[in-house]
This record gives sequence, C-alpha cells and structure tokens, in this order.
Amino acid sequence: MLLFILLWPLLASLVLFAFKPKQAWVIAFIATAVELVASLVLVIGFDKNASATAAIDLPWITSLGVNFALGVDGISLLLVLLTTVLVPFIVLSAAKHSYTPSFYGLVLMMQMALIGVFTAMDGFLFYLFWEIALIPIYFICLIWGGEDRGRITLKFFIYTLAGSLFMLVALIYLYFQTPGAHSFAIQALYEAGRALPPGEQSLVFWGLFIAFAIKMPVFPFHTWQPDTYSVAPSQGTMLLSGIMLKMGLYGVIRWLIPVVPAGVQEWGLTAVILSVIGILYGSCIAIVQKDFKRLIAYSSIAHVGLISAGIFTLSSIGMQGALIQMLSHGILVFGLFYGIDIIETRVKTRNLAGLGGIRNVAPTFSAVFTIIMLGTVALPFTSGFVGEFLLINSVFQYRAILGVVAGLTIILGAVYMLRSFQQAMLGETNTTTAGFADLTGHEKLVLFPIVILVVAIGIYPDPLLSISESAVSNLLLIVQDFSASAK
Amino acid sequence: MNFLITLIPVLPLLGFIIIALNYKKMIHGVASFIACGMVFISFILAVVVFLQLLFLPEDQRAFSVTVFDWIHTAGFSADISFLVDPLSSLFLLIITGVGFLIHLYSIGYMHDDAGYNKFFSYLNLFVFFMLLLVMGSNYLLMFVGWEGVGLCSYLLIGFWFKNTDYNKAANKAFIMNRIGDLGLLIGIILIFVNFKSINYHEVFVNAAEVDPSTISLIAILLFIGAMGKSAQIPLYTWLPDAMAGPTPVSALIHAATMVTAGIYMVARNNVLYSMSPAALQLVLIVGLATALFAATIAVAQNDIKKVLAYSTVSQLGLIFVSLGVGAYSSGIFHMATHAFFKALLFLGAGSVIHALGGEQDIRKMGGLKKHLPVTYLTFLAGVLAISGIPPFAGFFSKDEILAHAFAQSPVAYGVALLASLLTSFYMFRLFFLTFFGTPRASHEVMHHIHESPKSMSVPLMVLAVLSVVGGFMNVPEALGGSAWLNEFLSPVFAPSQGILELHHLEHSTELGLMGLVVVLTLAIIGIAYFRYVKGNQVPAAEGTLTGVQNAVYNKYYIDEIYDAIVVKPLFWLSKQFDNIVERLGIDGIVNALGGGVVKGSQVFRLLQTGSIGFYIFAMAISIILMLTFFVIW
Repeated sequence: MLLFILLWPLLASLVLFAFKPKQAWVIAFIATAVELVASLVLVIGFDKNASATAAIDLPWITSLGVNFALGVDGISLLLVLLTTVLVPFIVLSAAKHSYTPSFYGLVLMMQMALIGVFTAMDGFLFYLFWEIALIPIYFICLIWGGEDRGRITLKFFIYTLAGSLFMLVALIYLYFQTPGAHSFAIQALYEAGRALPPGEQSLVFWGLFIAFAIKMPVFPFHTWQPDTYSVAPSQGTMLLSGIMLKMGLYGVIRWLIPVVPAGVQEWGLTAVILSVIGILYGSCIAIVQKDFKRLIAYSSIAHVGLISAGIFTLSSIGMQGALIQMLSHGILVFGLFYGIDIIETRVKTRNLAGLGGIRNVAPTFSAVFTIIMLGTVALPFTSGFVGEFLLINSVFQYRAILGVVAGLTIILGAVYMLRSFQQAMLGETNTTTAGFADLTGHEKLVLFPIVILVVAIGIYPDPLLSISESAVSNLLLIVQDFSASAK
Repeated sequence: MNFLITLIPVLPLLGFIIIALNYKKMIHGVASFIACGMVFISFILAVVVFLQLLFLPEDQRAFSVTVFDWIHTAGFSADISFLVDPLSSLFLLIITGVGFLIHLYSIGYMHDDAGYNKFFSYLNLFVFFMLLLVMGSNYLLMFVGWEGVGLCSYLLIGFWFKNTDYNKAANKAFIMNRIGDLGLLIGIILIFVNFKSINYHEVFVNAAEVDPSTISLIAILLFIGAMGKSAQIPLYTWLPDAMAGPTPVSALIHAATMVTAGIYMVARNNVLYSMSPAALQLVLIVGLATALFAATIAVAQNDIKKVLAYSTVSQLGLIFVSLGVGAYSSGIFHMATHAFFKALLFLGAGSVIHALGGEQDIRKMGGLKKHLPVTYLTFLAGVLAISGIPPFAGFFSKDEILAHAFAQSPVAYGVALLASLLTSFYMFRLFFLTFFGTPRASHEVMHHIHESPKSMSVPLMVLAVLSVVGGFMNVPEALGGSAWLNEFLSPVFAPSQGILELHHLEHSTELGLMGLVVVLTLAIIGIAYFRYVKGNQVPAAEGTLTGVQNAVYNKYYIDEIYDAIVVKPLFWLSKQFDNIVERLGIDGIVNALGGGVVKGSQVFRLLQTGSIGFYIFAMAISIILMLTFFVIW
C-alpha cells in the first residue's frame, strides 16, 4: 500500500500529458482523490504502536549501501495524511486558472516527492526525495508565477539547494561513520550519529539544521520565503506553505533529533530562541504589510517559529503540539491563500488598501474567511487552538520566559489578522469591490470541507493526537536513553 | 439529570447552528422564535437544576457531567465536562434568565435591521459560550468559553460592519482582551505544571501542597485575564468603545454577563486567592482604583450609553473590591443585582434611543417623562437600585460590600463610598437630563416619538421588578434577614474560610453605616435635582470646557496615552523590522553571499528554456529508470 501511495501520483503525472487542459484537471483530481482514499486505508489499518521501521526494504544501490527503504510510524503517517488531504484541494482550487497539463503533472510529481520525504527510511533516499521535491515547485513558480519571478524563484532555488548541500555533507559524514561496508539505513545512521563525540555531533547538527531551517524557514534563514510566496501562483504557495515547509519540521523530528541527541542538547536552546525570535519578528512585520499574500507569508514565519520551538523543547507535549499544528497550519494556510486567490482573481488586486466592504456583497465568502481567520488566531474549538496551546505549554515548561514571549503570538496574531480582515472585508464597498461575486458552487465545494475540518479538529482532535502518541514517545525515549547513558 | 445539564449549553448552540445555516432564507419571526425559544428552554432547565441543588444536602450540592475527552495527550488532559454547583447554578439562572429577556427585547429593537437573523444567531452563540464558561469543570474549558464570548463580543460590537469606527472598536475589544487572555493562558499552564491537572477539583484540593509564592503568581496571572474581560484598570478602555454594538448587546454582554466572567473566575478560584494575600491585595487595589476612576469619568459624559458603560466599569470595580477583601459571596450578590439593574438601564436607554430615532446625546433629550411613561418608570427603578436607595436591590448588595470594606480598612471604605456617591450623582444627572425639564430634541424627533412595543417594554418591566425586589435574596442579619444567598453559596466558599478570616462588624456599626450612606446619597440626589431640574443646567458644549473638565470629558486622555506608548511604538518597530532589519540587514547579507552564485547560475538558467512538458516527462522517466535499474542491478 505504501509503495502504491508513493508511485501512484508519479504514474498519474505521466498519463496526464495525453489529455487536454480541462481533462487533465479532472484526471489530476481523480488521481489525487484515489491517493487520498489509499492513504485513508493506510490510516485505518495502522497499528498505533508500530515503531519507525521500514515496511519496504529493497536492496537498491548495494555498492553504496543504499536501500529502497520506506516505512511509516505515527509521525510520518500524519504528514502523509496532510499531503494526501491537501493536494486534491489544491488541484480543485486550480480550476479557474487554465493551467496546462504539465502544471498538474508537476503538482503530482511534487506529491510523490513529498510522500517520499515523509516515508523514506534511508538517508540517501531521503536526500533524493528532498531534492526532487524542489524541482517541480521551482518550475511551478517560474512558469506560472507573478512579476519578477525569474529572479525570485532562482534565489529560492539556490538558497534551499545550498542549504541541502549542508545536509548532504552531514549525511555523507555520518555514512562514513557507519561500521563495515557502510550504510545509509536510518538505524545505522542513528547509531553512527549517537556514537560521535559531542563536538562532532554539534557539527553534524549544524549541517542538518541549516538545511531544515531554510526549508521551514526559521529566522534568520527566511528571507527567500516572503518573496517566493508572494510571487508564486496561489497553488504553488499552497504547496510551499501547506506541505513543503513541513519537510523541514519533519526533518528535525526524524533526521536531526534522534541522530545527534548531544548536538541537539547543546544547541537546542539556540534553536528555540531563534524560533521564538521568528515568532515576534514575523508577527511584527506582518502587521505592517499591505499585500495580503505577503502578510500571510510573514504570519507563516511566526506560526512555524512556534512549531519549531515546540519541537526543540524535546518534550512529548511539544512534539504532539507540533504535529497537530502542522496539520492545522496546512489546512488554514490553504484556506487563507485560496481566499486571497479568490479575491485576486475577482478584483485583480490583493493590496489591502484597495479592498474593503467585501462582506456586503459576498456574505458567504466572508463567513468562511472569518472561520479560517479564527483558526489562524487560535480561537478555542478551532484546529489552531489545540496545537498552539500545547506548543506554548511546552515552551513555557522549557523556559518560562520564552513561553511568555512565544505566547505574545496570540496577541500579535489577533492584531494583524483582525486588521487585515477589516481592511479587506469590512467597511463600505468601493469601486473595486462593489461587484464582488459571492462564492460559486465550485468554490464552496473547496472551502466548506476546509471550514468543517478547522472546526472538527478543534473540537475533537483526539483521533489525530492518538495516531502519533506512541511514535513520539518512542522517539523521545531514544533521546532520554542517550542522555542517561551519557551520564 | 446529566442529560438535562448537557442540554443547557447545547440548545443555544443548536439555535445558532440552525439560524446561521439558514440566515439568508429564514423568516425573521422564525429566527427570533428559535433563538428565544432555545434560551427559554435553557432557562427552564437551569431552574430545574437549581431546584434539584436546593433539595440536596448542603455538602453534596454539585453535579458533574463528563461529555467527552477533548484534548488528551502527552500527560495533559482536558475533558468537555460540566460542573454545576451553587456558584455556577446562580450564573446559569442569570445568563439564561436575563439573556432570555434581552433576546425578547431584541425582537422589537432590531425589527427593521437587515441583519436580524445574523443578530439572533450571534446572541445564541454568545449564550452558548457564556454557559460553557461558567459550567466548565476545568480551566481550559473555562478558557474556551472565555475566548468564545470574546469572539461574540467582537462580532456584535462590529455588528454594523460598514462603519469603520465600529470595526475598530471591535478590533480593540478583541485585542485588548487577548492581552488579558495571555495572562490567563499562562496562568492555566502554570497550574498544569504545578498540579499536573487542570481540573478545579484537583487543583483546589491540592492547593495547600504547592508553594505559596507559586499560588500567588497563578492567582495574579489569572487576574490579568479578569482585568481584560471585566474591564479593569489598565485594560478597561475597550468597554466604553464597545458601546458601538446594538444596545441589547451592551445590556447582555457588556453589562449583565460577559464582563462578569472575571468575577466568576476569581470567585471560582477563591481558594487560591485566599491563600495569597498579595493577589487579594492586588484585586482590592485595582478594584478600588477602577471604581473611583471610572465613576469620575462617567460624571462628565454626555452619551447615554457611555455613561452607563463607565458606570459598569466602576460597578465591576466595586465588585472586585468585595472579592479583594475576601467577601466573595457579597461580590456575587452585587454581580446578580447589578445584572438586573444594569441590564434594565441599558435596555431603558435603548428604548429612549429607539424612540428618538438613534439619538444618544443626553443634551438633546429632556422632558421624555410623559412621552415614554413605561421607560421612565422602569428606568427610575433602575436608577434607584444602582444608587442604593432602600429597599431597592442595589441597596442591600452595595451595602454589604461597603460594610466589608469598612471592616478591612477605612481607606478602602472611603474610596468605595466616594465611588458610590459619584454613582448616584451621575445616574441622577443622566436620569434628570433625559426625562425631566423641557424637551431639547428637534420638533421633527419629538413628533415621531413613541413608546416602545410590548416585546421591549415587557422585559423592562420584569427587570424593573427584579431591580426592586432582587435584594431580598440576601437581606443581612443586621436588618433581621437570613442572608439566604450567602448560605446558598457557602459550600463554594467554605474552603476559603479556613484560610482567610473575614472581619465581621457589630450589627449596630453596620446599621450606622447604612444610615450614613443613605443620607449622603439622598443629599447627592438633591444636588443633582437642583442642578439639572430646578436649575435646568445642560452640560456645556465641548469647546467651552475648562482644563480639568476637559481632561475628564476626554477620559483623562488614556486612549491617547496608550496610543503613544504602545500602539505607535509597535508600528514603528514593525516598520523598522520590515524596512531596515529585513531588507537591508538579513536579506542584504544573503544577497551579498549569494551574489556570486547567482551570477554563475545565469548560465545554468539558459538551459531551461525548452518545453516544460518535456522536462517533466524526462524527469519522471529517469526516476523510473533509476528505480528499476538499481533494483535489477
């Protein structure tokens, strides 16, 4: 089943080229829907206590000790689920933009790479998928992006690629520490990493951390992000912010913390502080943005900062909060960017100063957007609250003062979200927004499930939390065992 | 019983969902029927639950119901579970009872508003969250209600969303409350860290085992939340602005229920507060300062709703005084009577505004006595009640607070007394300027003047009756009463009594104080009468005020000060981050570093001008080839 989930989007992307644009859209949607069903089957059959061992483990490049090893535990499964849930919505949301079949091909290819990243149980394979994921999104942004896309996407490409090189070096270094004929198998790399003296662990830590930090992005590695999010076509931004940035967070959980626990203990505080700075910094800059999309881009830096801070507390409450928040953030940013996409296609601007009064003419759109906004400001009984509460809780337990500073996000978040909502939606209509049409049936089809998810996860998060519960405690056990044996 | 208790909050939620999903098509009458009906049934259920409690032996007066597991992970657990004890039961009665009356009133008040259905759906949603707030059996569920009512407050303040000022008032309310909420949230986390639980029961039982300074910190953090929600210094400035909302909202949310959430919270946590003299002291000082400060502002306001808003801030301060001296049940008593008479006063003000076609300036009113007889009489009941004239409701409840303050410290008593006297003054000033003297409204307005419809006047009458007799639920022993409410609430506050010794006054002292307050109040009313009825004085126009008058009229420029020391610096800092740190600093370094690479990459870019379809195809094929090749190999 896992192999099918990985390869199905790839196969579908090949078939797509035989079709006309409109048909390609339909085929892409069907393919991603099948993918979603397949992943749900995986979830239903999932044994919550399974540890992260490879379900598929085929010898691949035997001379290098590379295996084609895939597996899922609760942590991977949640991220696979996020991918398979969001991609069909992203495809659906693309309907109005008459994209060519190759666009959908790229999206599907991207999906394949993301699933690969989240399930790879071999260091080489992980790196391979990590890089493959960059290529489709690069083309999506380059071809269908906005003004000045060439320069900006190139910067994005090079920045993240440069980051990945650090990871590659770190992985190869670890590889040579493995015993015997060397291996990229995850367990072998874990053992090699943990056997390193603390000083070398710190070096490996930085190699891996920089790659992940750029992807998320964590302050101060974030400057590619606002430009790229702004210039990318909406569906590209959704892929980037909804799913792709979770690669970085996932990387920290799977490929950093268990690999170099001593390095993480040494530099964890630094990482948490950088993350918390990002919360304040991103929120503050979001407050003064005039471009709605750019505002959400900066708010995303703030939200990711909190998630990353929670992960680096190395506590189960922080990890669990991070995982549920990754899902919630994915759903919410999709909703936000789709909302902005709807505004932009209707009135050809997303400049807040030029908007206003949309609620008068599009009450349903406004109501839906309100709920998504409430999720973003983490109102209780929306998906955003569960994660944010657990995360602030974890950071507070880690260092009380950092918890309080991180908690400022609930105030600043309200400031930029309510202000921008007011500017865009409330007040009197102007000449730009007077003819703003309310949601079409198609748009409702996309947004209503999103809104339902936002509320449902907020009221009953337990099923999702329980998926990753034991995987998280297994992971932390490794860290605890390590520090116990170090003493 | 469990099912009935669960239904109490669920019914208004159901009402909200039904109306919200059909708000475009639904006939107005149906929407308000559903909304009122749901709250009314909740009220009946609340009465049933209350009676059930009464028949139980005193030490067993509590029901707890667990509905489902909410957040349950990593050693943390919060359930959706309810606790109904005497304290929450009293709040239930007020929320659903007064809430129902205000729903009823809204039928008349909102009848030609285009957002009629939306209004009723929001009201029902509010009632749902408010019920959660007081029924939750753990801190996090209280927090859900706490933020939920904040949301409804935001939605209803900005109800007329075409008006940018109203929207700004709504934003201000939400954001200012969020500041308080952060304190509350951190407090809850600190509770979890120290108690490994966030259930009231476990926290209160184990409170003695936790370090007292931690308890103090928790109590203070929780109180920061109360400062926001219950509009205390320094977080009160949102409440006067919140008057932008329709008047029934001001009555329900910003007078009778939501703003009492902070009072509920402190009373609920009485054990923690009693253990912490520092926290109680803070509550007392903030309460005193707010009570007096807001009362002085109210004296100089000319907008009928603004006067009532500052009055609410001041009265809430007085209630916190009561909590601050450890007289929890007296505070709850005043909360209850205040809910009656302040809801009445707001609804009465709404009736006046409605009759005058939207006019809110008392300088343009006057002489309405004979045009609006029902409003006049019921308003009078409210004014007498808030002024503390015996035997109206406010007399008993305010008197208890003053007596407890006196027992604690003469300074506290002096300040509280002054605030009370100011209250009588500005209320009668408002009353006389509105209903007495010669009409100052235009002929056009006076021509259209009309008494409000039944759906509005009936709630006024019911609330007037409650404002008259409400005090009898807790007649003090000094007057030969049995202090029923104190008895009823005693199981909730019993644990505090072992910790905190309340000073009790001799009955003769208490009677003497009562006499003094009544005489002084009557004198104040006399002054107001001579100024505004005999003297026919009307507050001067803005331009003619002297320095001090100007400062008071402009609310001591507190909004402007906050703007200068918080809002402007935040925006300035954000702009510096955006323009300098971000663009020149961080990104500047990145670009410089990457400059060489970027130049080199221009060459690489030239390779990518072919057909994109080809690239994808080639990529997919090569991946497949790679996979198969290596597997075979």
